[in-house]
Amino acid sequence: MTDATRINDSGGDTVWVEHEALIDRIPRSVAMIFLFVVVVGIWDLVTRMGWVNAIILPTPAETLADLIFVGKNLIAGEYMLKALWTTTLTVFYGFLIAVSIGFSLGVLVGETKFGERAVMPYLVAIDAMPKVAFAPLFIAWLGFDIASKVALAAFIATFPIVVATAAGLYAASENERMLFKSMGASRMQTLLRLKLPTGLPYIFTGLKIASVGVMAGAITGEFLGGGKGFGALIRQSASQLDTPRVFALILYLSLLGLALYFTVAWAQRRFVFWNKSDRPGGVA
Amino acid sequence: MAEIQPLSLQPAAPDARPVYEIERLSKTYARNRLVALEDVNITIHKGEFVSVIGSSGCGKSTLLKIMAGLMPPTAGRVVLEGKPVVGPRPDIGMMFQQATLLPWKTTIENITLPIEIREGRGAAQNAREKALELLQLVGLSDFSNVYPGELSGGMAQRASICRMLVSDPAMLLLDEPFSALDELTRDFMNMELQRICSERRATTFLVTHSLAEAVILSDRILVMKARPGHIVEDIRIDLPRPRTLEMINTPRFGEIVAHIRDLLGKEASE
Repeated sequence: MTDATRINDSGGDTVWVEHEALIDRIPRSVAMIFLFVVVVGIWDLVTRMGWVNAIILPTPAETLADLIFVGKNLIAGEYMLKALWTTTLTVFYGFLIAVSIGFSLGVLVGETKFGERAVMPYLVAIDAMPKVAFAPLFIAWLGFDIASKVALAAFIATFPIVVATAAGLYAASENERMLFKSMGASRMQTLLRLKLPTGLPYIFTGLKIASVGVMAGAITGEFLGGGKGFGALIRQSASQLDTPRVFALILYLSLLGLALYFTVAWAQRRFVFWNKSDRPGGVA
Repeated sequence: MAEIQPLSLQPAAPDARPVYEIERLSKTYARNRLVALEDVNITIHKGEFVSVIGSSGCGKSTLLKIMAGLMPPTAGRVVLEGKPVVGPRPDIGMMFQQATLLPWKTTIENITLPIEIREGRGAAQNAREKALELLQLVGLSDFSNVYPGELSGGMAQRASICRMLVSDPAMLLLDEPFSALDELTRDFMNMELQRICSERRATTFLVTHSLAEAVILSDRILVMKARPGHIVEDIRIDLPRPRTLEMINTPRFGEIVAHIRDLLGKEASE
């Protein structure tokens, strides 16, 4: 058949042609750029018309200028890069501590009756507290250096990992446990060869939540405790009402958060290759 | 209701040596003092296919767990191959409602898993040859290096048959193995199971909900009733072997099914 239109009238049959919705036909990247342009357009309009005070919301052009300025400073390796490095270290140590403590407590809670009955209630109680409120305590205990920020970041990020690890260890089905029991598997074998691999998707979900929390903890710590990190820079700019600078700094800071999040997501795809429910394209 | 007459007066003639012996077995759960099993006596001979059928809650799952060494009895004698069952044993092979293949291991790694757990990775590596033979037996040769996510329900259960057979168990314990499959696949798998069991002269104990499945596969059917769980009748199925699905339409098959249904229905009306 050479002419595509012939399909519709061949032999007088009624052909029901399925029409794809417009949003299904355009690629994701195009849709994203479209939304970006619309939002920036509205932003530009609002500031240009003077509907919003420039101190509250700078114009896109001002923000871009500051983005370039901060970017140059970062690339040149000047004080902003040092601040970003300080925050990166805080986040890294905080995450490392949260993963080790969170995972250990998660195994304790998920694997032992003592952990489940005695430890878990306390963890739930502490988790329900507004953890940021502990920041002044950490500063009093550990000083204004990086340690107090690391502690707050780790404190916030630990709980999602505990809960996810414990939930993951419960995830193996009754039949799977019975299978391991019938094969005469030891408790350690059941933990390492059944419960942990089965729980990996849960654990990675906990790590993703923790990766967001650890950033929030580090920055909050720097807001409240000063120091040499990126959070201190933001607070400084904000107190000088330098709003475009604040916007620019936040954007660069979010790159650090994204890097951590996508590292975890990459590790998940690498280690949980059998779980098809979590593939790129999904939001989770 | 009229008294139901025993279907066949022919005793369960022991034409081979006993493999599994259970005498005066009872089980009372300490937690709620529930009597799950009372005075259960079963002898299973070499090469025999025995099914237990009963409504849910009649204690058949408890019986299977005790036979597998996964749960201690309260009283009674439970002996496999002359040795008391006091825990999980390599000479017992099990199959569950779900295939329960580990999704991060290939089919062949799943099959050698019992050996990996008991004897380590080296021994599991050496058992690959045997696993491949078993895969051939169930017609899955081409799928040895595939992950279970790519297997259909029936294929996954065939792989779990291989896993059960890999350590050459003296006794096979099947817990409603095909109940999660669709009916067509289930019929096919039952015929496969019959073929595999007769080729290997396997001694098999099957727990099932399905009357037709029990009758088509079994040499003997034990009918169980609840409160407390006990065996009400031991029925010898005299349909000729090999059995075929067409036998479902024979009068004899109908008689047997009707008889068991009567036995079970009597309880429902009580």
